[in-house]
Amino acid sequence: MSTIADAVTPAELPKLSLKSASDGEAGSGLLEVSLGPQHPSTHGVFRMDVVLDGERVLKLKPVFGYLHRNHEKIGENTTYLGSMPYTDRLDYFCSLTNNWAYAFAVEKLAGLQVPERAEYIRVITAELTRLQNHASLAGFLLQDMGASGTPLMYAFREREKILDLFESLTGARMMCNYMRFGGCRCDLPAGWLEQTRQVVDNFPRFLDEFEALLNENEILMSRTQGVGVVSRELAINASITGPMLRAAGVNYDIRKVDHYGIYDRFNFRVPLGDHGDVYDRYMVRVLEMRESVKILQQALRDIPAGPIVDPKAKLRGFRPKAGEAYGRIEAPKGELGFYLISDGSPNPYRYRVRPPSLINLTILEDMCLGQMVADVVVILGSVDIVMGEADR
Amino acid sequence: MLGEGIIKGMAETARNFLGSYVSEDRLTTVQYPEERLPQKEAARNFPFLLFDGKDPHIGLRCVACQICEKECPPQCIYIVKSKDKKPDYVGKPQFYPSVFDIDTSVCMSCQICVEVCPFEAIKMDTEYELSTSDRFGELLLNKDKLAKPNEYYQKIHPTEAAEVDERLAAEKAKAGAKAKAEAEAKAKAAALPKPTVPIPAAVPAGAK
Repeated sequence: MSTIADAVTPAELPKLSLKSASDGEAGSGLLEVSLGPQHPSTHGVFRMDVVLDGERVLKLKPVFGYLHRNHEKIGENTTYLGSMPYTDRLDYFCSLTNNWAYAFAVEKLAGLQVPERAEYIRVITAELTRLQNHASLAGFLLQDMGASGTPLMYAFREREKILDLFESLTGARMMCNYMRFGGCRCDLPAGWLEQTRQVVDNFPRFLDEFEALLNENEILMSRTQGVGVVSRELAINASITGPMLRAAGVNYDIRKVDHYGIYDRFNFRVPLGDHGDVYDRYMVRVLEMRESVKILQQALRDIPAGPIVDPKAKLRGFRPKAGEAYGRIEAPKGELGFYLISDGSPNPYRYRVRPPSLINLTILEDMCLGQMVADVVVILGSVDIVMGEADR
Repeated sequence: MLGEGIIKGMAETARNFLGSYVSEDRLTTVQYPEERLPQKEAARNFPFLLFDGKDPHIGLRCVACQICEKECPPQCIYIVKSKDKKPDYVGKPQFYPSVFDIDTSVCMSCQICVEVCPFEAIKMDTEYELSTSDRFGELLLNKDKLAKPNEYYQKIHPTEAAEVDERLAAEKAKAGAKAKAEAEAKAKAAALPKPTVPIPAAVPAGAK
């Protein structure tokens, strides 16, 4: 197996190996380090091969596949409904948005209409998912910088309240398996809307607290400002999506672009960054949470009564007619898409996931080159990856 | 001033720390297992089989249609259909599962078996303290371990169980009324005098 040090041309770098580096031969001082897959700061089983000159990163190669579970092939061998619980396990922080993206693609394929109440429930659950994802991401990011405990625990305290809501609605905190083709599985339990209103109305208080705790913190600023800069052009060329793209200053939010579901009814803004550094990515997420709270307040105010599932949708013996469909939504991490080809059988002929985590990770090397090795960890944290989704 | 932001943040931490002595809202830790949160009604864990009445064999609602076995995404259900039949809750003779196994080490608690079951025979349990030292025998639940009475279901999911019971009672009443009507019609037909014109015999086979 060739190492990445071999791949570097001799003109750029002297030939090196761990032995020569430790012996101090050839005067190189270069060191090849394998970060992960069990490294505590690598957000799941993710590995990077890093070539270091002192503390500067000269080369970085991500190594994927430690959490590969054959998701797409399983999807081709189970029924359309049978893949729904597997989508929970893609990005296990945001099972409800994964459900929505998959249900959205199948609904496009089969031509199902989602009733109004179900659309509102979907928006509410998806925005709650975004809140808890961004809150915990901010906590993890700070944890990566060495703020061990406090911000993460505060974020998890709020996340727990949202997970409690998910549990009383869907029966599970994380593996919700809640949405169905043409609607949702069950109606809201009694009192759920009031509880949600309470959580949502209290959320800005947490955000104020979190921002007071961190935003002006000098250590946070010096660790994140100007670190891991992504230019507009690079972000667009590498098809980066989600908060990472918006932090680079590109105004692209699928909720605004596609108006999927009923997002055109809500009044919200898309926060954009200027510099594309880690600090901007952090701030974009904090601001997005505030916008999500706004969407939630509008949705909770307007939610109508009515059926929650399309009467044409059937649970068993579901066979969409032959064709193909691509459904995409703005998941908390970026554009999450499902591409399905049906040949009229109960299983999809082709089942493909476009995972935001994987595609956002592809520019990791561009962000890390020339940075300190301690910043690599912070930059990786700011990408917001979940390896369940990147490896599938 | 350098360090102002850090001091502000520290003040926030102190507020949270001191606040945890006075405000329930800030002290969220639950001292499990001494302390437990109340179970949510929708909570779900592994599935179980429902039976009516006292005897799990006689009252078992499952008719071994094997729909759940087919639909289960990780394929953790194994059913063998019986050779003979037993009466179900409306009195109609039905097959029953002679073997019904669920491998809980494979099950992912997705609830799809519950949704596709047309007989309200399989439901989700809420028990979660299931650790065991034997990963083969204890995690493969057989029919005897899975069968639980309807009263248990009513206890863990009261709202849902009430709906199911109502629907089943309505079905039973309908089936009973139908059976009664049929019996009455039969009795009536028997009581009527025989028609003078004999009913033409069935068309001989092969006449079409």
